[in-house]
Amino acid sequence: MAAVTDHEAAPPRDRVARARALHGVLAGMLALTCIASLQVGATDVTLSAMLAKLMQGAQLNQMERVVLFDIRLPRLAMGVLVGAALAVSGAVMQGLFRNPLADPGIVGVGAGAGLGAIIAIVLSAALPVWVVDLTGNHLTPFAAFLGGWASTILLYRASTRHGRTSVTTMLLAGIALGALAGALSGILVYIADDRQLRDLTFWGLGSLAGASWAKVLAAGPMIVLAIGAALMLGRGLNGLALGEATAAHIGIDVQRMKSIAILAVAIATGAAVAVSGGIGFIGIVVPHLLRLASGPDHRTLLLNSALLGAILLILADMIARVVIAPAELPIGIVTAVLGAPIFLWILLRRRGLMDL
Amino acid sequence: MSIIAKDIRVFYGKREALHRVNLTARAGEVTAIVGPNGSGKSTLLGAITATLPYQGSVTLNGKDIAAMKPWKLAAQRAVLPQASLLAFPFTVIELVRLGLQSGTAGDRSEVPMQALARVGLAQYANRTFQELSGGEAQRVMLARVLAQVWSPVENGQPRWLLLDEPVSSLDIAHQLQVMEIARDFARVGGGVIAVMHDLNLTALFAHRVAVLALGRRIAFGTPSEVLTDDTLSLAYGCALRVSALPPPGIPYILPHGASA
Repeated sequence: MAAVTDHEAAPPRDRVARARALHGVLAGMLALTCIASLQVGATDVTLSAMLAKLMQGAQLNQMERVVLFDIRLPRLAMGVLVGAALAVSGAVMQGLFRNPLADPGIVGVGAGAGLGAIIAIVLSAALPVWVVDLTGNHLTPFAAFLGGWASTILLYRASTRHGRTSVTTMLLAGIALGALAGALSGILVYIADDRQLRDLTFWGLGSLAGASWAKVLAAGPMIVLAIGAALMLGRGLNGLALGEATAAHIGIDVQRMKSIAILAVAIATGAAVAVSGGIGFIGIVVPHLLRLASGPDHRTLLLNSALLGAILLILADMIARVVIAPAELPIGIVTAVLGAPIFLWILLRRRGLMDL
Repeated sequence: MSIIAKDIRVFYGKREALHRVNLTARAGEVTAIVGPNGSGKSTLLGAITATLPYQGSVTLNGKDIAAMKPWKLAAQRAVLPQASLLAFPFTVIELVRLGLQSGTAGDRSEVPMQALARVGLAQYANRTFQELSGGEAQRVMLARVLAQVWSPVENGQPRWLLLDEPVSSLDIAHQLQVMEIARDFARVGGGVIAVMHDLNLTALFAHRVAVLALGRRIAFGTPSEVLTDDTLSLAYGCALRVSALPPPGIPYILPHGASA
């Protein structure tokens, strides 16, 4: 026998229970954030004032109704959807690439989705009217999904050999993909007309300002579907942390799981990018904070990512709306200012600990 | 009940790494695969674990593994890879739980802690995997594999441990510990196939030994039948002298010279 035997076994610390408790905490915080978001805005219409009015049996006036139902509520709904979509995409992608630095925005999937959307916006003018009528608001999200899907698959093929992903190759291939998508987008921007240009500019920076119920209805089902699929990948992504071969040995259908993961990332990123443009860093910051708080178990990480992603995006949107009110900052700038330093911090902390 | 690999051929590109190799491993025994570097040991195990594409057939307890779903296979055999990697900072106990089939019930199971205790690392349950030394990491991975097939016989069917160099980074005490775990698993009815480098440990613990060289099986039998001067010198291309310990006559091997 071994010379040293263990005398006392430490009881296993239960991070899974903590992560489950976090579901409830984050859901509560999300509710509070939503209420706060409805409260503030460019006009001095507030939720509390409107509620007080309703309590007294009075009717909301026209402006109050427009502000609440046509401006703030769809914007809030879109913020929740986009935030959840970006954070879950990040978490799934990191699990798939087995690296905490993978993120659709950083490795070019966002750019690919953007290219798809720009193609749809610019070329829709050239499409037959009936196609545009038939596809309506769904054309842009669908094109963005196709762009995101193609770039995710290209990226995975380029950076994975024998089930191992080279992170260096992934990041560099991501830069190349992003540059290519950016160049093609540039050509399209060059031939775009004025109205399309306005659409495109708002897009590059990322904003929820264009929120409408139509967009929520176009992107919502795609995002809900993708997140629902992603939530079922928990055990598979955990297994993948041990490498593809070992994941298969513990009983995971690796090819199927990877296909679902890539589709989910492409759909969620595509839909989010289509309605809100390039909002960065949510996908990298959210899962990282959650791993610090409650461990890397994907069975809980994915749902928590959806919740915290929604919370952070709504908070960022509130900052974007009030910091230079009555004008507003594109939200992509807010998330970049807050997220880029955290990204750098993750990078520095990992440096030397292990090969990235 | 056994694992039977028949006419296994594996190609790396155009190069044929295994030339129609056969191997039968019986439940209740430790079957060792030995041979020099590049002789195809791990490749053979890769075929038996369905990790590598192969020609030929592999049956596990009478069923063709190519026709089995990953989760059915996982219920009957666990695989310890040569090198282990882990992408995220899972703790040791979380890692051992990954081998369990049921998602949430696994968190309450006692098996992972028992498996960790079996490899002598129960006190490391809360450490993160990346903090461990190479040898500790290898033993934690063995605990994960043990947890996956904790009872060596389930529903009357033997379960299997397929180990690729399980003692490669261990000190001598832990080499013995791990080999005893393997032998105990077989003693109560499970089956073990292990790729081995250490011929003396093989002689001490294996019931059957397959010797590979240049992608072919050149000998198969009990340690006393197989571990002979001629066979080993042929396989390894160096002079080895095999003697026997006093009864029961376990062979031991001493190196003799760099050329055969």
